[in-house]
Amino acid sequence: MKQKVVILNHKDNVATTLTSLKAGDSLKLEVNGHKKVIKLGADVPFGHKLSLARIEPNSPVVKYGEVIGISTALIEPGDYVHVHNIASARGRGDLEGGEK
Amino acid sequence: MSFLGYPRPEGLVGVRNHIGVISTVGCANDVTLWITEQVKGCASFLHGQGCTQTQPDLDQVTRTLISLGWNPNLAGVLLVSLGCESVSVDKIAEGIAASGKPVDKVVIQESGGATAAVDQGTRIVKAMTLEASRMKREEFPDSELVLGVKCGASDTTSGLVSNPATGAACDLLIDSGGTCIFGETTEFIGAEHVLTKRAATPEVARKIMEIVSRMEQRVTAMGVDMRGGQPTVGNITGGLSTIEEKSLGAIAKGGTRPIKAVYEYGERPQGKGLFIVDTPGREPEFLTAVAAAGAQVIIFSTGLGAPQGFPFVPVIKVTGNPNTYNRLPDHLDMFIELGNGNGIAKMGQALYQEALAVASGKQTKAEISGYGNFPNIFTIGPVI
Repeated sequence: MKQKVVILNHKDNVATTLTSLKAGDSLKLEVNGHKKVIKLGADVPFGHKLSLARIEPNSPVVKYGEVIGISTALIEPGDYVHVHNIASARGRGDLEGGEK
Repeated sequence: MSFLGYPRPEGLVGVRNHIGVISTVGCANDVTLWITEQVKGCASFLHGQGCTQTQPDLDQVTRTLISLGWNPNLAGVLLVSLGCESVSVDKIAEGIAASGKPVDKVVIQESGGATAAVDQGTRIVKAMTLEASRMKREEFPDSELVLGVKCGASDTTSGLVSNPATGAACDLLIDSGGTCIFGETTEFIGAEHVLTKRAATPEVARKIMEIVSRMEQRVTAMGVDMRGGQPTVGNITGGLSTIEEKSLGAIAKGGTRPIKAVYEYGERPQGKGLFIVDTPGREPEFLTAVAAAGAQVIIFSTGLGAPQGFPFVPVIKVTGNPNTYNRLPDHLDMFIELGNGNGIAKMGQALYQEALAVASGKQTKAEISGYGNFPNIFTIGPVI
């Protein structure tokens, strides 16, 4: 059977889809050495991300073993993770107030 | 391994044999284009800069045009000047002439206008083309290859497949004693700590941090969140959520070997090895910088399907997205499939072979369609 998602690093709390997945789909995954079943809370398009863990608001979202952003809401395992629930910590002129 | 190239003065090797027709200023573009249309085998460089800019930008334009003229894929160069622009056509001509290749100029205001300038320029380029046509390809070891790498119109397959494969090809070339150039400083943001670990010296690490902080300050000075501009709307549609995520995938295309030096926009790296040139991520400005840095061939990794090449340098388009490859046969040269026993090393090997084939004369899709006539030069200050 074709692999549906890829987890790039054992530290990651998100996986990337290799095919479009539907809300309610169940994935049997090995996450950091533990077998896990993750049920999707939403549709996740090809190449997008789903959560592997419960991520509290204002917590690091990790892919490639590195922080790719900060959660802006509570993210449950199987949730679709994208611009609606994570923000960048860099290049934020809106937060830094622009020209000094 | 080896490839077939054209020997140039100063010990350089070209993989194409174009006569470059280069505008010194945006106002000369039409004449440059009309000259190029008259002669087969020549290629134009059009851009919008060269006048009514502050000195740091004028210096950057001068430096970039001289370095572009040095690109070994050019057998000769004609500069097309208006006459009253801020950059000096004579200074640029002198800089290019140091490469040992023929250089000439046409100045529109001195020629008597566009018709006379096109006539004069066409005669010069025809004579240079005839002379260049006598040159023959010879075999060179792959240590003479200078490869530029780029990713653009990225989606998540870029970071998973085509960028790591491009990086594996870079590693093969560096291990053979060749040269790789990468950049796109904006896409180091959030991944600079990974790059500085590969810096050959503490000074190189410091310079990496400096160019990233300089680029980020230009962005934050605008007072907005750069998301939408970087990552682009297309990147976000493709699944990339933040600049950090894009950067961590993007830096994979530079491979894993030590970074020998960091250069300013428009500079030509000296010696062989892996180099960074400080550039923005946008294609027209980036491709110019990497051609100016001396790249003979560029590998361009894409997810959503970026179409453009560069007038003087063959650009190989590679994707890991099967939908993009099937949808855009006009623009994509290679598809690299993740899984099915294709490890990154094997994918890098295939891409390296393709780079050598293209260096030896195989045409890319962008060359065949002539896509890539609108490059530009990166500006750092205002137009005044």
